[in-house]
Amino acid sequence: MSPKTDNGLDLGPLDLDLLRRLSEARGVSGDEGRVRRILVDAVGGRLERLHADGMGNLYGSRAAKPAAAAGRPAPRVMLAAHMDEVGLMVTQVGRDGLLAVDAVGGLDARVLAGQPVLVGPEGLPGVIGLKPVHLSAPGEREQPPKIKDLRVDIGVDSGEAADRLVNVGDGVTFATDFQDLGPTLLGKAFDDRGGCAVLCALLDQDYPVTLEAVFTVQEEVGLRGAQVAAHRLAPDCAIVLECGTTDDTPKERDDTPVMRLGAGPAITVMDRSLIADRRLVAHLVATADDLGIPYQIRAPKGGGTDGGRIHLSRAGVPTAVVSMPCRYLHAPASLLAKSDMRHTIALLRAALQRLSWKDLER
Amino acid sequence: MTPTDRDRGRDLDALLEALTAVPGLSGHESDMADCLTEQLGPLVDSHWRDPMGNWLGRRAPRPAPAAGAAPAPRLLLSAHMDAIGFMVTAVEDGGFLRFTGLGGWDPRLLLAQPVTVLGARPLPGVVGSRPPHVLGPELSGKVLPPDELFIDVGLPEAEVRAAVRVGDVIAPRRPLQRLQGRRRAGRALDNRASLAALILAMDLLARREHQAEILLLATVQEEVGLRGARPGVWELVADAAVVLDVTFAVQTGVSDVPGSLGGGPLIGVGPNMHPVIERRLRQLAAAAELKHGREPLAGPSGTDAWAFQVAAAGLPTGLISVPIRYMHSPVETVDLADIERAGRLLAEFAAAFDAALVDDLVGELHGVTED
Amino acid sequence: MTPDSKPHADFRDLLEALCHVWGPSGHEDRVRALLLELIAPHVDETRVDALGNLIAVRHAAAGGAKGTGVEAPRIMVAAHMDEIGVVVTHVDQDGFLRFGPVGGILTGNLIGTRVTFEDGTVGVIGAEKRADQAKAPTLDELFIDVGADDAAAVTQRVGDMAAFHHRLDWSGGRPIAPNHDDRIGCVMLVAALRRFKPGPNTLVAVFSTQEEVGTRGAETAAYGVAPQLAIALDITGAGDTPKAPPLALKLGAGAAVKVKDGGMIASPALRRLMEERAQAAGIPYQLEVLTGGTTDARAMQTSRAGVPAGAISVPTRYGHSPSQVIDLADVQAGVDLLLALLEGDVSGLLGSGLTGSGMTGAG
Repeated sequence: MSPKTDNGLDLGPLDLDLLRRLSEARGVSGDEGRVRRILVDAVGGRLERLHADGMGNLYGSRAAKPAAAAGRPAPRVMLAAHMDEVGLMVTQVGRDGLLAVDAVGGLDARVLAGQPVLVGPEGLPGVIGLKPVHLSAPGEREQPPKIKDLRVDIGVDSGEAADRLVNVGDGVTFATDFQDLGPTLLGKAFDDRGGCAVLCALLDQDYPVTLEAVFTVQEEVGLRGAQVAAHRLAPDCAIVLECGTTDDTPKERDDTPVMRLGAGPAITVMDRSLIADRRLVAHLVATADDLGIPYQIRAPKGGGTDGGRIHLSRAGVPTAVVSMPCRYLHAPASLLAKSDMRHTIALLRAALQRLSWKDLER
Repeated sequence: MTPTDRDRGRDLDALLEALTAVPGLSGHESDMADCLTEQLGPLVDSHWRDPMGNWLGRRAPRPAPAAGAAPAPRLLLSAHMDAIGFMVTAVEDGGFLRFTGLGGWDPRLLLAQPVTVLGARPLPGVVGSRPPHVLGPELSGKVLPPDELFIDVGLPEAEVRAAVRVGDVIAPRRPLQRLQGRRRAGRALDNRASLAALILAMDLLARREHQAEILLLATVQEEVGLRGARPGVWELVADAAVVLDVTFAVQTGVSDVPGSLGGGPLIGVGPNMHPVIERRLRQLAAAAELKHGREPLAGPSGTDAWAFQVAAAGLPTGLISVPIRYMHSPVETVDLADIERAGRLLAEFAAAFDAALVDDLVGELHGVTED
Repeated sequence: MTPDSKPHADFRDLLEALCHVWGPSGHEDRVRALLLELIAPHVDETRVDALGNLIAVRHAAAGGAKGTGVEAPRIMVAAHMDEIGVVVTHVDQDGFLRFGPVGGILTGNLIGTRVTFEDGTVGVIGAEKRADQAKAPTLDELFIDVGADDAAAVTQRVGDMAAFHHRLDWSGGRPIAPNHDDRIGCVMLVAALRRFKPGPNTLVAVFSTQEEVGTRGAETAAYGVAPQLAIALDITGAGDTPKAPPLALKLGAGAAVKVKDGGMIASPALRRLMEERAQAAGIPYQLEVLTGGTTDARAMQTSRAGVPAGAISVPTRYGHSPSQVIDLADVQAGVDLLLALLEGDVSGLLGSGLTGSGMTGAG
């Protein structure tokens, strides 16, 4: 039985198995192949002309139905979610068999120490250790480690042994099993596998607009795949599906939580990379208000998404961003609320069903 | 001179001296473009400049494809041609010149540097400051901020004002120095060392067959933010690109880098580099027994490759870097053997570039249909 | 003395009109509506693109360049409509608004400053007690007071923007406003459109959006316009106040011809042509090398296959503060110089490799 909103909108079931596979797949920026393969399976049959480009972006479209009557074709809406996750890359194989690493994307070194990781295409288990607390000087314990000083230990004792198993350039991800905690979900890489899962969920029905779905690469290293994808597609407008950070845990100061877990999809008006198209924002807000879908306005604090590049593509693309709130983003274990995922899917389905050229008029 | 140099009739020392003698400062590269026309003109079928000032060239496949054959694969080889320098911001009383950097300088190495102010005529000058004896305690022993530095061209104010205006550019004045063995030091080896390698590669390619149409691009304004790169490739529609730039070599104070003088060029690996190009470069280097290394780059490569990869509809890109010491100083230091190896590797890649490799750029990576 | 007898009466009127219109980045609708009204009689066609840029075309004289039938060079001239401001990030329980920046806000200028929201609500910026009152506050230490006793009484929502309270004053004949950046550029472009006599070039006037958050509007506008030459009209700094940072620009000494700023190096050929035209017509000008900041010229220069680009700037004191000061003589010189450039032959700048056509021939 699937939940309903206050005014009876059917929210439908969530495909948690797909989210589990996506979350557990290893794919730092530039190494998205495993995620892409899961998505190719997941969207098979629901998108036409499935293809990739030389960077690895995965594209597919779904034509408007019913097709627009004679005259102007239906708007082509780019829906983007990124496949890559933040993580590490092996930069050096030491003579002692330990691996030096560098961050791929924005990673806080403080979340790395004491974490299990998976290395390279085979997913070799490894750990990131720290000097025992007994041996650390008191002052040392107050200093966060630097990524360049950390080493990944895969359990070999020599550079030769490590060289047989690992290559410079191999990706390193967190080793986190996906868990269903009831109302919430725990896992890694919800940014933006959560967005990928939402995009897949939207493909179960026809819309009066043409969907141009893109699963992008390399968002975490500078919104790079989306820049290429938007140029190739030249869409009429775009909606970016993201998982964004919350600051809703206890704090002394009465300041913004940016967004709150469980308070519904967050609509962006502005971030560091984008001032969202006011017409699309109004359309999303009106849709949510009409249907009684809870939503929040993401506080304009920092952050950037693929929207930052998409809206500047060619002669410009009206662009909006809808995010699911996510606690502990860019860390080994993030929390996502099922209700937020359901409401995000419901909002986007409804907004796409109601979208027309009229909403893009000035 | 090594036997290979004599064979090919190009003296690498002379080439590097010629390339580093040209100011070619960011945003003011037309002198460098003229120099490239001279050096590369005979090796290409056509060459031109774009509205940004980028220098471009094209060499058709050799031998020419049969009539009705599929279009030749198109490979872009690129290096930036601008160099860092300075610009006059004000002419002060007494004829002293205030200046700002064109590109990124370490403020510690400006003092007492000889320069050439490219005014109405070139004026030799030196970066000066008030003597340390008279500087107050707040500046004594400290790195002098830009406001405390000026350039003195040793002329009366009226003569300075007649020859120099706000906006004139200034080049470090450092002829190439021959250190021991094949080590050379001077200004602008970033990126004239790479241009030298590119020219050597074209020398080699000119004596071989190649299926690919070779596009050459020497970009402007890399040092001020990769600004020439995207416009440069906008209309080229290449299938792939290889960028040549310099990278850090082990030196005093720098030990945790993979490059070293004489250790061979570095092949970039990371999100900026297409894995198929990266792998092919390594295979070719190994097959040709060329000393080389790998340079892991987890984020921005800081080179034109970063801009190429996402220009327009995207351009699969590889990166070959020549290791140098003391980057962005007037005494950048390189080993000529690394320039030769980079040139040979680039020539091997260009000669082997074919339609099958182009197919791999999408197919091998993704396992789904190419668009 | 009647207003009309004052020097630069046309600029005064335009400035009065434009400085009082609300329009932080991304919210330029009102500025655009007014500009559309002002330029309509003087242009051949207008359109608004996806990012809200107002693009107006004034065609070259019939027959194209030199009557050859070849398409006349398209010169894009951009002035941005948006102004800096603040954006609400949080409404606290007591009804105070926390905010973030829209564009380059200088926190040292903010305490006691009045801001205006889209609905006309006026707020004043206050600061928390700080350990060192002499230091500029951080954004986190500032808030907006809109006269509400608690959160429920606040009508603003997270995401709402405010601009510095609009007010235009005159002192020593010089206008003071919070948004000369870049309404004065808009004034210049409107004035140029009024005077423009169609000649060898097509003028594409672009009133751009979102410059203050990263020259975004100009980026998409330039793609759409695909110009052969691009010029931005914007403010720059001035180095003529006590202990100012070294900058060889003075108020009243002429239009500033940009050589370089923090984001771009102007096309040397275009800069030289500007100087030649200014010298030939006796228009006062100064050369500008600015170490920080940039303009729409940055975005236009690297559009598509690249565009020779430059800028004509108005020396401005106290930029990005609520009290920016300029001199109308510099504005006059800027418009004169722009027209001298637009109405003359620019073909020397365009080269042969204009659109990659050089692909077929040796350079």
